Amino acid sequence: MAGLLVLLSIALITIYFRESSGGGLHQVQSAGATVLRPFEVATDRVSRPFRDAYGYFAGLVHAKSENKRLRAEADKWRQLATQNLYASSANADLRRKLHFVNSRAFPSGYRSVGADILAQPSSAFELQVTIGAGSNSGIQENDPVVTDEGLVGTVVRVANNQSLVALLIDDATSVSAIDVHTRARGIVKAGGSFDHVGKVTSGWKEGDLSSIYPPGIPIGQVTAVGQNEVDLYKHVQLQPFANFKTLSSVLVLIPKNR
Amino acid sequence: MIADIGKGAAVLFVAAIVQVTLLSQIDVFHGAPDLVLVTLVAVALLRGTIFGAAAGFGAGLVVDTATLQTLGVTSLLLTIAGYWIGRYGETTGRDRTHAPFVSVAVVTLLYSLGALVLHYMLGDPASASRVLLHAFPFELIFNLILTLPVYALCRRLFRPPPSGLEEVQLLG
Repeated sequence: MAGLLVLLSIALITIYFRESSGGGLHQVQSAGATVLRPFEVATDRVSRPFRDAYGYFAGLVHAKSENKRLRAEADKWRQLATQNLYASSANADLRRKLHFVNSRAFPSGYRSVGADILAQPSSAFELQVTIGAGSNSGIQENDPVVTDEGLVGTVVRVANNQSLVALLIDDATSVSAIDVHTRARGIVKAGGSFDHVGKVTSGWKEGDLSSIYPPGIPIGQVTAVGQNEVDLYKHVQLQPFANFKTLSSVLVLIPKNR
Repeated sequence: MIADIGKGAAVLFVAAIVQVTLLSQIDVFHGAPDLVLVTLVAVALLRGTIFGAAAGFGAGLVVDTATLQTLGVTSLLLTIAGYWIGRYGETTGRDRTHAPFVSVAVVTLLYSLGALVLHYMLGDPASASRVLLHAFPFELIFNLILTLPVYALCRRLFRPPPSGLEEVQLLG
């Protein structure tokens, strides 16, 4: 009996691994996920007041020092916002004068689908979350996922009413990026050693190939830069803007002209 | 037996939903409590190999379906874990006080190792240091903390089978 179940599990893995994303087992899993969804939503709603209460009291511990830091940051950002507003209007004016042809840009070239996070990864292997929107909402694989803080990750698997999102900190996720100040390009990837790393998605395009991320999505803040003598590229550490520990809902970006 | 199957299915279903919805959000160096594993260990200890293996398979399917992960991976690991702990319960461990804690500790380690090997075989970019050095110690502590209440609950739900020996009073 137990041997039979082990064989059945191996058969499931083999078939699931080999079939396409529209295959039979994927469809069964999609239907199963739809059935499980109400239970996940109910559990989330029942527990949310308790989690909110915990978050409220946990936040109070550091509230005073955080308030001071945020006030200082707000002053800095206010000045920057004014400068950016001026630069933006000048940029628009110059583009109009040059008859500049834009490629698809973020956020104007995209519509967004909001979705709650239904399930978290069940092990340390996958830094992926399940969200409550799928192909029925127009979501496809490789759609970028963001919050108001910045880039969160990419859609890697789509069911009818749910999708699997690989977070930016997942080993499987790579994002081409550019530093907004130096224009240095690089690849953002969790762990390991990597090239230059920037702060926003670079949105490159070469021939028919293009980045799945539109240019301009904030990714994170550079916290450290280093380079070994034998390395060709710098190694840059990045603190993502998105807080992955407190994620509760996300926006999936869908091109308007899809 | 049918009542046991119903109770086992209900307990593991609730554990799987709570696991993927709530407990996985706890993140201490990527370590989180694994309520499904702890519940499975408790059920398998009390009900044996076949029950443990079947419960592990079912619970794994629910977890893989809810998280849209590769179908069968969690089922395979939990089936083996359920069978192995069930065997331990049937032979020596069931009545010993330390049995649930030893079982949870050993299964947590073997489950992590097994999952790591399986993910490598599937070509997933799994980080051994993250799983074994960072996540494992905290996962072990969380699981051991969960063991006492979960095992106590399961012991109430699944009464140990009668041993066949009953106390008799001699008359006369």
